[in-house]
Amino acid sequence: MDSLQQYSILILLLPLLGAVLAGALGPRLLKGATHWVVILAVGGAAYCAYQLFEVYTHLAVHTHEPVQLVIYDWIGMGGPTSWLTVNFRIDPLALVMLLTVTFIATWIVVYARDYMRHHHHPERGYERFFAFLGLFVFSMCALVLGGNFLLLYLGWEAVGLCSYLLIGFYYDKPAAAAAAMKAFLVNRIGDFGFGLGILLIYLKCGSLDYDYVLSSAGITALGDWAPGIALLLFCGAVGKSAQLPLYVWLPDAMEGPTPVSALIHAATMVTAGVYMVARCGAIFVTSEAVMTFVAAIGGITALFAATMALVQYDMKRILAYSTISQLGFMFLGLGVYAADAAVFHLMTHAFFKALLFLGAGSVMHAMGGIIDVREFGGLRKVLPWTCYTFVIGSLALAGFPMLSGFFSKDLILHQALEVQPLLGWLAVITAGLTAFYTFRMVLLAFWGPKRLPFGVHVHESGPWIIVPLLVLAIGAAGAGYYFHEKLPEFLVDMMTPFDVAFEHLPPGAVVHGLSHEEVGLLSGVVAIAGIAVAVLGYWIRPDWSRRWREESGWLYILVHNKYYVDEILATVLVRPLQQAAAVGSAVDRYLVDGLVWLVAAGPRLVGFILHRYQRGAMQGYGVMMAGGLAVIIFLVFIFARVLAAAN
Amino acid sequence: MAELSNYILVGALLFGLGVIGFLTRRNLIVVFLCTELMFQGVVVNLVAFARYWGNLQGQAFALFLLVIAAVEAGLALALVVVLYRRRGTLDSEAWNSMRG
Repeated sequence: MDSLQQYSILILLLPLLGAVLAGALGPRLLKGATHWVVILAVGGAAYCAYQLFEVYTHLAVHTHEPVQLVIYDWIGMGGPTSWLTVNFRIDPLALVMLLTVTFIATWIVVYARDYMRHHHHPERGYERFFAFLGLFVFSMCALVLGGNFLLLYLGWEAVGLCSYLLIGFYYDKPAAAAAAMKAFLVNRIGDFGFGLGILLIYLKCGSLDYDYVLSSAGITALGDWAPGIALLLFCGAVGKSAQLPLYVWLPDAMEGPTPVSALIHAATMVTAGVYMVARCGAIFVTSEAVMTFVAAIGGITALFAATMALVQYDMKRILAYSTISQLGFMFLGLGVYAADAAVFHLMTHAFFKALLFLGAGSVMHAMGGIIDVREFGGLRKVLPWTCYTFVIGSLALAGFPMLSGFFSKDLILHQALEVQPLLGWLAVITAGLTAFYTFRMVLLAFWGPKRLPFGVHVHESGPWIIVPLLVLAIGAAGAGYYFHEKLPEFLVDMMTPFDVAFEHLPPGAVVHGLSHEEVGLLSGVVAIAGIAVAVLGYWIRPDWSRRWREESGWLYILVHNKYYVDEILATVLVRPLQQAAAVGSAVDRYLVDGLVWLVAAGPRLVGFILHRYQRGAMQGYGVMMAGGLAVIIFLVFIFARVLAAAN
Repeated sequence: MAELSNYILVGALLFGLGVIGFLTRRNLIVVFLCTELMFQGVVVNLVAFARYWGNLQGQAFALFLLVIAAVEAGLALALVVVLYRRRGTLDSEAWNSMRG
């Protein structure tokens, strides 16, 4: 028990300490060596997470019961009960998340050492960057470890803050500052619902501890409110995990440095929504409609984002849309009662998406900051390490058989085809599109004739960048096979509410469609077909892709402009809001300020009249005093006379 | 034994002289001396009343007042010295920065 507590506290404290040290000592003392502090801190957190896993599994060999650790009373009431304690909940779900987050983040921090050193701004903000990275990891660990909804909310908001700081890292670039603000504001919309959900939970249950709220007693206390609360919580997940309609912040978040994109997309921020829904499964499964809604949002987002990724040219943006799409897969998995598959996909996705982002960063690094695939091509020969690791990541993302994405996507597809056949088939189509756009990007960047942007001296990146790529490539290739049986077994406790609800679905709701093997075959074939079409159109017969583009006409223009969603939002939401803000500002300036001026005008007028009597001469004051005294004495005499006369 | 009114008349005279001096003179030291004059007018009143009522309270109070007046005189003269150093003159008109 003690070692569990020590390790879990260390997981939180190490990244925080690293961030504080990097921020406090970095600019003056550590300078170019700041990365060591954060690498050691985050790496240490990863080690502690592993130790925690070891201790926990030995503690609970047979059962995977959650362990609740009370660290201290946060807001006590002076009695034996406390309003709120800082407590951690250590269970398989939290452990999987912790291991993924800290492991991936460690390699991203290692990668950032070289990337931030040579990229754009050689030295400026180097320490700031690492301090923020540490803080980001700390926030995510707090979110995952917390044993009650308030800590979850705290981590949730802290993650949002860190993303704001890091997306806007190049704050003197207007696009970056705008993207940071957009991310923050869009997240606020979702968080508003999330906060309301948590307040409702407290109103209904009188407690925020998972232990109580997610137990059967807690669910009973929520009563009829449970589906509404689930929807409110999901609102937060939609914002943080970039689902329709709040996905718009994520593509713009590419303005941040590449390691940040990798961190946001793979390990820390966007997975929070998936984690939260998996954690609160007991609340979500109370209503079949809510589950269908979650699945529908996920499935539609997956398809929608995948189509947008088809026609982008910015590598990082393609990857951003693919992240949205893959998150859609995870929510689809959650919605069809396959939460273990969703968490599994979260983990495999973390590996290959971090790899892909870091690979894209390596390309960007070599191309001197250019990331548009129209500007270069045929980089296979000049960037061999980057290229082949990138291909592994792409294969995993495409769901190529036996690579990690294949296993996790397969599990989701299988269950989706059973519970929501329509969404399931949409997801199969999406999987094909995923394979196509991924390889379109790979082929445009790495195959074909060698083309380089003018005046760029190409060089493969150094070991600080290559080693993380290799490690993540091994993970992207092998994690799926290695974990595809172990992980669902480990997560069995988390699955209980989902399984129970799945068993109680009405008889007609579950279609016994395809077996596991058939789905595996289907998704493998779809993936290979997608890749084959890409190879045909972008490598063997490049003129075909040009023809596809021309023939699709308005459809291409529509998709290329991202369905004009940003423009629609600007007209429907942003501009009216700005106008309302202008009206508000005018009211404030003229009406409210006028009233305040009026209130101040009274004393000012009195002062204006009296100030001429303030001559500053001592004798003048003396005369006033003597004269005033004389007047008072005179009045007193008169008064006394009048009183005497009256009597 | 003199009449009480005589003593009071002397006190009022002293006080009135002090007031007139305070209001008409501009030399800071003289102004200060005039306030002392007013002070002594009050003290004469106190002693006279003490004699009239035949008790010691007024006289004891007068002794206190003398001590306080001495202390206050030291403080006030020190202030006058500081003011003189600042402006190089004892004219009270030199200090009118509080004019509104």
